[in-house]
Amino acid sequence: MSLFKTLTEKPWERKGIIGGLNPEGAFDTPPERVALGFFLTIASVIFSMFGVSYVIRMSLPDWEPLAEPFQLWLNTGLLAISSIFFQWARNIANAGNQKNLMTAFIGGGVFALLFIAGQMVIWENLQATGFYVASNPANSFFYLLTGLHIAHLLGGLWVWSKSSIRLLSGSKPDDVRLSIELCTLYWHFLLIVWLVIFAILSNT
Amino acid sequence: MAYVPLADQDSEMEMHHPHSWVTKYVWSQDHKVIAIQYGGLAIAVGVIALILSLLMRMQLGFPDTFDLIDPSSYYQSVTMHGMIMVVYMLTALLLGGFGNYLIPLMCGARDMVFPFLNMLSVWVYALSVIILLSSFFVGGGPTGAGWTLYPPQTALAGTPGHDMGIVLMLLSLAVFVVAFTMGGLNYVTTVLQYRCRGLTMMRLPLTVWGIFVATILGLFAFPALLVSAIMMLFDLLLGTSFFMPAVIESGTPLDHNGGSPILFQHLFWFFGHPEVYIVALPAFGLVSDVLSTHARKNIFGYRMMVWAIIAIGGLSFVVWAHHMYVSGMHPYFGFFFATTTLIIAVPTALKVYNWVLTLWEGDIRLNAPMYFAIGFIFTFIHGGLTGLFLGNVVIDLPLSDTYFVVAHFHMVMGVSPVLVIFAALYHWFPKVSGRMFHEGMAKAHFWITFLGTYAIYLPMHYLGFLGVPRRYYAMGSTDFIPESAQDLNAAITIAALIVGAAQILFFINIFWSLRNGKAAGPNPWGSASLEWQTPDTPPKHGNWGDELPTVYRWAYDYSVPGAQEDFIPQNVPDGDEPAADEQHFDSDHGVSKAGA
Repeated sequence: MSLFKTLTEKPWERKGIIGGLNPEGAFDTPPERVALGFFLTIASVIFSMFGVSYVIRMSLPDWEPLAEPFQLWLNTGLLAISSIFFQWARNIANAGNQKNLMTAFIGGGVFALLFIAGQMVIWENLQATGFYVASNPANSFFYLLTGLHIAHLLGGLWVWSKSSIRLLSGSKPDDVRLSIELCTLYWHFLLIVWLVIFAILSNT
Repeated sequence: MAYVPLADQDSEMEMHHPHSWVTKYVWSQDHKVIAIQYGGLAIAVGVIALILSLLMRMQLGFPDTFDLIDPSSYYQSVTMHGMIMVVYMLTALLLGGFGNYLIPLMCGARDMVFPFLNMLSVWVYALSVIILLSSFFVGGGPTGAGWTLYPPQTALAGTPGHDMGIVLMLLSLAVFVVAFTMGGLNYVTTVLQYRCRGLTMMRLPLTVWGIFVATILGLFAFPALLVSAIMMLFDLLLGTSFFMPAVIESGTPLDHNGGSPILFQHLFWFFGHPEVYIVALPAFGLVSDVLSTHARKNIFGYRMMVWAIIAIGGLSFVVWAHHMYVSGMHPYFGFFFATTTLIIAVPTALKVYNWVLTLWEGDIRLNAPMYFAIGFIFTFIHGGLTGLFLGNVVIDLPLSDTYFVVAHFHMVMGVSPVLVIFAALYHWFPKVSGRMFHEGMAKAHFWITFLGTYAIYLPMHYLGFLGVPRRYYAMGSTDFIPESAQDLNAAITIAALIVGAAQILFFINIFWSLRNGKAAGPNPWGSASLEWQTPDTPPKHGNWGDELPTVYRWAYDYSVPGAQEDFIPQNVPDGDEPAADEQHFDSDHGVSKAGA
């Protein structure tokens, strides 16, 4: 919809039915996708707030940079593979195929679980080497941002698990296409968020 | 193929029909039941906050007379009163209550887009209230840090509730944000996607516009509160130093080091200022519809009103630091925020002018909702004008810590939205209950509340000019404050007690009318907007019977020249309205006299 056109309409002059079955100004898309768009915007705002806080806090004198573990690169790879699997599942579902759909969709979630496990291992290693959450603000932000990202992934995995159960119980691709598409969008979003977090954490 | 919204697919609309008393009234997915749950709970916590304020006033008006509260419980009352009123009462009632009830009905939809999420929203909100109120029962009691919760004071031993109280407060706020997000996603998506056929965005009543834009503000502003709550919880529970600087408490250095309290203030007010408009914009919308309906005139300058709502919403994100002038900031920074603050007065004043011009030469029906709506115009102008004072850095600095600020924000975002809430509750009560309220009791409620709030807040401006500091439990021996200030304080307290007691009239009226009120009929005010055109009153589950409405016109066709009645409902086709007697048309004013 054209925002300018909408807002300059003179409703007192226009009478009668305007638009077809779709009310004028509605997005030509399912409401679930609209809601997800809003949710991703909110999540972006949340991560941005943390990002701004990070930059401000970093400028204070007690900041001691944290050497990011090499394993983060490995975990990044796992999340990227997860995202690729979801995209694969989306493409299959869009084509209306059944073959490999389950492998692609469930595989995407499994790689996300591996990513989370990998992040946990990093937390364990940091703790073991004395980098505790309260030792330094850089450490605090590391745990906070990675934890928050994991929390968002867990939310996605809850939806993924529900859709996976539907797939495993024999739903057709058409029935789960929207769920798969929304999961894919969400995973791509979380991959981008992770890349930005990784860049910020590395830039100390 | 274009996506066809469910609102237009009668046969395919998946309604969740209740099968038992529990699914009908407790775990209900019907937006109307959820609205009443939201509204009822918000009003209930509002009453608690009102009682806390009366306790504070007893202390301030008659120090050393009553033994009701000590300094600690005074600060706890200040904190809980502020937070409950702003977040748990006003936000929840205006968006969760009115938003839930009116959005689907005004949009011609059967329900919200995601009814299950909507149900979750109200119960998560209830959980946040339980967590908040539980802080009254833990050791140390609720936090007494002031509703702004500024660190490091929040966490220090001298502050009441510095251990569990503040943790429960932050936890409750985080849960509230989750509840709000679930509700908010529903409101915006329903407005965008579930409008019925013919209902363009610019045909929506201003109520929907106000709630829609306020929800978007909330969705973008509440994350700042969530972020600050999470980081402060880390500081309190895990010993991090996001906000906590190096502090020596009772001679002992704390473990914290190097945190930035100012960072918290920025985050808090990045939420806190839009929060003012999250409350104000729905109130602006509601009052516009009440004024227009009871003045029997279309709202003056509809497009300008929509643009003003959007402009105020946008500007509200760039004024937050005017709450922080006294924290010390670069003069250019202060200049920027003073300028943006004063600019926001332009669209706000535009709305006030348009409300007044809506009344101009209207066929005004002075009933109870209209009393409250006109009362709002008065209080909002007064509260707004003092905002112009405080928006300027040089005036704010000496007044910031005085009762002038208390008077200002209570007039502009306490009394004003509450008057609109009462206007709206009385206005839509006949639709919700199917019965009329007692008009005389409602008018008595108005006069006591309206005159009483002036008796409370007008003198507070003078106290502020005298330099009487706010937040103090007792003044002690303060030479620069004349003794007569205490007389004024006593008078304010008496007025506050009367106003507080008068609210009982409202509850008596509502409960009495639910049983004994006259049958209201479907559209007792002769309103043109869609929610009054439902086939059943109160609307049944699904709202619209077998067929969804089709909209042919905007929501403000009042006193249309040539029309037989002085309103034409939105779902009446163009040309089908009965022809009027041409002789009654007054060409000078373009207003039909047929209904006069």
